[in-house]
Amino acid sequence: MIQYTVRRMLLAIPVLLAILIVVFLLARAVPGDPCKSILGEKATAETCERFTKIHGLDKPVPVQLAIYMSNMLRGDFGDSIRFKRPVLLMLAERLPMTIELGMAAMTLALLVGIPAGILSAVRRNSAIDVVTMFGANIGVSLPVFFLGLLLIYLFAVVLRDTPFSLPPSGRLSPGITPTPFFVYYELAVEPNTGKFYLYQFIAKLYILNSILTSDWVVLKDTLRHLILPSIALATIPLAIIARMTRSSMLEILGLDYIRTAKAKGLPQRMVIMKHSFRNALLPIVTIAGLQMAAILGGAVLTETIFSLPGVGLSVYEAITARDFPVIQGFVLVIAFIYVSFNLIVDLSYAILDPRIRLD
Amino acid sequence: MISQSSESIASVVQIPDDNIADIGNYKSNSLWRLTLRRLFRQRSAQVGMVMLGLLVFTAVFAPIIAPYDPARVIEDANGRIKVRQAPCIHLLGCPADQSQHIFGTDGNGRDQFSRILYGARVSLRIGVTVITAAVLIGTVMGAIAGYAGGWLDNLLMRGTDIILAFPFFLLAIALVFVLGPSLENAMVAIAIVSIPTYARVVRATVLSLRETDYVEASRALGASSWRILFGRILPNALPPLIVLATLGIATAILDTAALSFLGLGAQEPTAEWGTMLGRERNQIFSAPHLVIIPGIAISITVLAFNLLGDGLRDALDPRLVHGKGSK
Repeated sequence: MIQYTVRRMLLAIPVLLAILIVVFLLARAVPGDPCKSILGEKATAETCERFTKIHGLDKPVPVQLAIYMSNMLRGDFGDSIRFKRPVLLMLAERLPMTIELGMAAMTLALLVGIPAGILSAVRRNSAIDVVTMFGANIGVSLPVFFLGLLLIYLFAVVLRDTPFSLPPSGRLSPGITPTPFFVYYELAVEPNTGKFYLYQFIAKLYILNSILTSDWVVLKDTLRHLILPSIALATIPLAIIARMTRSSMLEILGLDYIRTAKAKGLPQRMVIMKHSFRNALLPIVTIAGLQMAAILGGAVLTETIFSLPGVGLSVYEAITARDFPVIQGFVLVIAFIYVSFNLIVDLSYAILDPRIRLD
Repeated sequence: MISQSSESIASVVQIPDDNIADIGNYKSNSLWRLTLRRLFRQRSAQVGMVMLGLLVFTAVFAPIIAPYDPARVIEDANGRIKVRQAPCIHLLGCPADQSQHIFGTDGNGRDQFSRILYGARVSLRIGVTVITAAVLIGTVMGAIAGYAGGWLDNLLMRGTDIILAFPFFLLAIALVFVLGPSLENAMVAIAIVSIPTYARVVRATVLSLRETDYVEASRALGASSWRILFGRILPNALPPLIVLATLGIATAILDTAALSFLGLGAQEPTAEWGTMLGRERNQIFSAPHLVIIPGIAISITVLAFNLLGDGLRDALDPRLVHGKGSK
């Protein structure tokens, strides 16, 4: 197991390297002059020359790549051309938003999708089953951007003056500012050090930060702001997970050992949860892992619609502004998260099914 | 020599007349016939086919059904452009002196209903074109990788690995930026990120059948590699490909609409649902119909292909025999 884990992690390195090279080349293949698109159309040839020199854009692409890679190994992702700030710091500030959103969406998809699928399978062809599967079919077909706007319309326009109204945009309501935990506990930290980035990262995880500082107002506000975006983002994965759970459960429920379990008088709950669900879990975990791609990709749309300052929105803005260091750093981190998730899914097979020997 | 001997066999073996008549009436239970029969019996596939039929009808007859040119800016009696007018339907009590706009008018004063109708053309074309291209390229790639093996297989499959290592939609966004925002480039981007799925399915089929006896027999009979690959092996990849392609059309329409929504796909004045929704998205507070109607149009189209794809999957699954399917 450990040997397999190590080998899989080593095998992920060339994949990440290939991703890095692809992203690097793609970022440079974007047509147009980066100087003009960042400094504006009026930039003179002289300022442009200085600009390309400062950012090393005058060197051949392979040299640029080599410089970038050697810097990255030292933990330096470069500075944003547009914001003149370290990419790593920007990541520390914006990744937390996407992590909260993604985790909320994934939790929602699993917590609703799996029970719905089990119920559908157990009550096969009942009204519950028909309604659930009809709902799942619609859920798969709803575009994230449309559902997001629909939710905004429903909860911020139609229900505006009711107790059910929910905020349509942003992470926090105006006027509410969270106290970073390192300020709260008066921890000394020097700016622009690795520790500072880490502290920033944790402080921007508003849910965690507000628990650390026992600030329940911020916690409630953060959660309220997360509801609509996570529903919008969770719907497609939820529907897919529900369908997979149903078909996987149906397959198991038809097997002989389930009949035996029922025949010897085991309580239904035990037959369903312990005998069936446990064994139906493998395909569900596989499909749930694949949904990470949908969530990371959908984050771009969700963050755009709900004006959330996360990784998805940042990548989109960086691509539009041709901010190379930001594109590279952010896309690499997203790909890293995705690759790690796939690895976790593969490893979990061995835990879920002891017959699978990973080596 | 050979033709002579086969003639002599025919003259020796007498085929009774009544048997020939039987063959005329005999309905073969081929995979395709069975599949079609099962498909028509399935609720979800029926609904999907009816919806799809309506969509195709709309797309084909859009110029006849649509009351206005989708690009025409409509002015009222005083020569003012009718921007973002609420729906006006005469049957529902809209004054007869006002011109009828079932879905109202959009931000440029164009008839929303006509644009929605024309949008069906754009979306269906997107879905079918993108997936046809992806399936063709994917099939060729997968077939070559699976049949040739060796370094070529390795090269092609590592290529698909890299594409699959990115979240699908993010890579599409990056590709469109490289190619430049336009509907054609959005379609190219979505096609590129869709290829690996089809390439892998075809490769798996080719690998599993390459060494089978019937392929070996074909080879012994002197069939060329081409003939073995396309005539003997690839037909077996068709059932999964058809299911995947139908579901793929749904995804392609969804993702192209999402790119258009971000302003990276279809550009004005093309009547594309994603673009229409994206341009009016800030009107969700003041003119929600301009957001909701294109959204519903996208959802219905995607739903139709999803239902049909699901139905096809069940109909083609040999494990679910004669109505004992999951639905």
